[in-house]
Formats: sequence, structure tokens, C-alpha cells
Amino acid sequence: MATDSMVPPGESPEPFHEEVHDPRRRDFINIAAVSFAGVGVLAIVLPLVNQMNPSADVLAQSTTEVDLSKIQPGQAIKSQFRKQPLFVRNLTPAEIAEANKVDVASLRDPQTLAERTKPGKENWLITLGVCTHLGCVPLGAGEGENKGPFGGYFCPCHGSAYDTAARIRQGPAPKNLFVPNYTFNSDTAVTVG
Amino acid sequence: MSFPWAKHYEPKQPLMRWLDEKLPLPRLVYNAVGAGYPVPRNLNYFWNFGVLAGAALAIQIVTGIVLAMHYAANAGVAFGSVESIMRDVNAGWFLRYAHANGASMFLLVVYVHIGRGLYYGSYKAPREMVWLLGVVIFLLMMATAFMGYVLPWGQMSFWGAQVITGFFSAIPLVGEPIRVWLLGGFAPDNAALNRFFSLHYLLPFVIAGVIILHIWALHIPGSNNPTGVEVKGEQDTVPFHPYYTAKDGVGVGVFLLIFALLIFFSPNLLGHPDNYIEANPLSTPAHIVPEWYFLPFYAILKSFTANFILDAKLWGVLAMFGSILLLFFLPWLDTSPVRSANYRPKYRIFLGILLVDILVLGYVGGAEANARNVILGQIASAYYFAHFLIILPWVARSERPRPLPNSITEAVLAKHGGTSIAHSAAQA
Repeated sequence: MATDSMVPPGESPEPFHEEVHDPRRRDFINIAAVSFAGVGVLAIVLPLVNQMNPSADVLAQSTTEVDLSKIQPGQAIKSQFRKQPLFVRNLTPAEIAEANKVDVASLRDPQTLAERTKPGKENWLITLGVCTHLGCVPLGAGEGENKGPFGGYFCPCHGSAYDTAARIRQGPAPKNLFVPNYTFNSDTAVTVG
Repeated sequence: MSFPWAKHYEPKQPLMRWLDEKLPLPRLVYNAVGAGYPVPRNLNYFWNFGVLAGAALAIQIVTGIVLAMHYAANAGVAFGSVESIMRDVNAGWFLRYAHANGASMFLLVVYVHIGRGLYYGSYKAPREMVWLLGVVIFLLMMATAFMGYVLPWGQMSFWGAQVITGFFSAIPLVGEPIRVWLLGGFAPDNAALNRFFSLHYLLPFVIAGVIILHIWALHIPGSNNPTGVEVKGEQDTVPFHPYYTAKDGVGVGVFLLIFALLIFFSPNLLGHPDNYIEANPLSTPAHIVPEWYFLPFYAILKSFTANFILDAKLWGVLAMFGSILLLFFLPWLDTSPVRSANYRPKYRIFLGILLVDILVLGYVGGAEANARNVILGQIASAYYFAHFLIILPWVARSERPRPLPNSITEAVLAKHGGTSIAHSAAQA
């Protein structure tokens, strides 16, 4: 074993010859290592991004119960749904007639009153009190507030005016006031959300 | 980096020599803002404003760190904790007024700094990267200022957060999920306040980092100067220290005087009384306006009132962000090889008109949205974009610049009674 003693400790006795593959062995190891690290990074980024989404306690406020029994025709109340103002309005027959009189095709966001309320409960208009322009609270739900030129809601920030079906009629807002999902539990109680 | 005649750092103290061998930090400072950085000899007081912006950032960081020791980022108590800073914390009123007005001072000097760059063509080759990094700093500053304004949780804080995060809901399809993701809820609340506080604390340090890149990029070609003519030789420069440290010192003094006037005599001049009412998610203030430094951009946002292919709201948001992103393209929109507006008679006039235009936008941004103001805002917004996209390329092509001086030194000596190049050469 004379040749072995010529090899310095820690080095292989013969030169290492490998057939050239494509990809080479070390390329494969490189790609595999980086891919593995990449998957690891993705797995860490996901919770870092997702932590920004609404937390369980915020989502837990996602239903609101409203008692309708005290709201007289022509009156409206402000409640809260998901920390946003919620307008619940008991329309008068005159207001319903006025909303149905409008030519739907002429509207910016065409919807009939019937599409925005529940069948048989057309007098109950339930919308978010969030102007679809930049999110101000429109006036018109409180006693004596300015209802705007169309008798519904009026946003003081940039002058958007909504009609008695809370549809956008004038001003910069692009959409009607948002109608959230809700169900009637009884004739005088709804669950929003 | 830097000119061959720049002075070399030669520490004489044994301790400093020892330090220089192990960690050459004093050498870095010496070469960056000391005698080792040669600067054109003809800089005027407009060149103070970069240092002033740095000073303003330092003031904001120091006062901000101290305020964070007393502030509580919780929607239930945030407003109360700010009031307690004002009434109970020792010198709390001073720290908070310094921080609030410091933001205004910071943006004020940065606007002058940007204007200086526009007038003297500092954004042109070979300083494009300096300009691009500057626009990045400006965007970071806007985000930081906005989030800081939300922290006191007053009415303007809350509704500002509502309106500004509302911009994102203008994006088709994914807009509303993005807004909910940013807020961590369906309206601004505790989650939003907490993350804004976290980011408001973080971003100033990011700004400081980008400022280092900004100065690094600047020091490769060296500073621009009022003639816009490049440095030709050693006679054109003086060392940064003591010449410009002294000149900047004068500017810092004036800056602090004005700052003190604001803090001690009119601390709420630039604020809104509505922000001393605690946030109420059920009631919007009658007249929402941003802080003065955002008014021109707010005017551009408000100028879109009719749908055209896209929603008016989306147009407004795109135009508002576009008005800043446009600045990234400025070095390539202005193709004139002459930098300084002193030698560009036409550009100089149009830059003046742009300044007036931005002031008009600022007025419209803060004014009531009646028919006259809407039209005024639309004209001013259109002109803003026309300046960069139409007028600048046209001026660059059609303008006949005035003759440039042969060197900085020649320009300086001509101004001070020197008559000829021979005369200046004899001096050098």
C-alpha cells in the first residue's frame, strides 16, 4: 500500500471522475436545495400575509340582530354591522311609489326596489350607511337630517345623493348603498350577516 | 467615488488610527460629509434643504420614539393616551406639538428640495438614480405621515383612514378584499390602528436607509450646482467641511426659528379642530380634508366626476397615484441636455406656471367641492399632467438655451467682477 501513503490525509486516493450529466449532480443538489428553501419561505410568508386579515373576534361581530318593532313608517335607525353603520328604514307607501316610478334603465347602478328588499317586506330597506364613493356616512337616517334632493340619503363629503331605495342618483359615488345579506326571523326581527 | 483631489483621511491621534484600522467609520463620515467630499464652490441656499430634510427626520425620530413611550395603540384608549400626553406627561405637549409640526416642516423642506431639483435639473444624467431614490423617499414619507395622522384616533384620523383605504376599493374585483386585508376588518378599528402604529414606527428607519442610498448615489457624480455645469477641476470645488457645514448651519438656524414659532405660538395652525373629537364610526365630519401637504393630490383625486370606460372613482385614484409615479419618468421626459433653468428661458417660465398650478391644486383640495372649484381643479389637474407629458418634451426640443459658462469658476468670477477666463486662470 505504498501509493496510499502518498495521499495526504483527508483526500481521495484517485482523482474523482464523473460522467458529465445535464443537469450535473451539483446543479441538481443546488436546485433541490433552493426549491426546498423556497417552499419553506412560502410556508412562512403565508401566515405573515394572512395575519393581516380580519381576526376571529372581528369576524365574530359579523352578524347583527335588529328589532324592527319600534320603527314607524317614515322612520330610520342607525345600527352597526361589522363596525360599519347600518341603516334600517321603514319606507312609507309614498316613498315606495316614488322609488318604483323611476325608470331603472336610467340609473347609474340599475336595480329595482324589489331587488333591494325581501318579497312582501318592500317597506324594509336595509343598507350599509357607507357612501360607495369614499366611505363617509351619508345623512338622512337621523331625525331632521338632510335627505338630499331625492329624499333618501345625502353624503356631505362629496355631494352624492341617494333616492328612497338608497340608489345613487347624483354625485361621484359609483354604486347604490350596499344591501348586506339578511333574513327575517319574524315580522319584527332581522339578522344581518 | 469623488474627485481625485479629495482630501484623504489621516488620523493623527493614535486612538483614531487604531480605530481606523479596525472599523473605518470616522473615515466614512469624513468622506461623506466631511472635508473629504469636494463640493462645487457656487452652491446657493437652496442646497441647504437636503440637510434640513435630514435634520427634520432626526427630529421626528427622536420625538417619535419618546412619544411612543407614552402612547397606547388601542382604539379604546388611543385618544385618551394622546390627551394624557398633552396634559399629564412632563413636557408631553411640547413633544407632541414638535412631532406634529415637525411632520409639516419635514414635508415643507422636502417640497423645496424637490423644487430645487426641478429648477436646477438635478434629476438629469448622471444623477437619475439620486432622483429616483428621492421619489421613493417621498412615497415612504407620504405613507408614514398618513399612518401617523391616524394614531391620535380623532375624527379626522378615523375618516382619513376610511377614505384613504377606500382608494383601494376602487380597484376592480380584488379592491374590497385588499381593503379588508389592509384594515384587518371591515372598517378602521383596533386592528388597523395597531398595524398603522407598527408601520409608522418602522418606516422612518426605512426612510433613513434609503437616504443613505440617496447620498451614496449622489456622491458618485458629486453635487449639482446652480449653473448645472459639471465640475472641471479642483478650482471649482471646496471641501464640504467646513464650507458647507457652516452654510448649512445657518439654514438649520432659520429652520429651527420657524419651527419654534409654529410650536410655541401657533401649534394648531396646520391641524384640524375636528381631530380633537374622538373617532366616531357613525358620524362623518361635515368637511373632510387631508393635511396641507396632501391637498394638491386630493384635488387631483376629486377632479374626476364622470365615468369614462372606468369608474370616476377609479380614474381619480389612478390619476392621484399617477401624479407621483410620473416623477419616476422625469429624467427621460425632459431630454434637454442643459440642466439649470437659469440657462433655459422657456423651461423657466413653464416651471413657474407649474408652481402656480400646484398652488391652485392645493387651494382646490382644501376648498368646498362647488361647481367653480371642480372646474378649476379639473383644469389644474390636466395642466399638471400636460406639463410633464407634453410641455417638457416639447420645450426640450424647441428651446434655444442661453450660452453656458465654461466652468463653475468662470461663472463665479463673472458674478464677482472677474472679467475673463485669463483672469480666472491666473488666480487658479
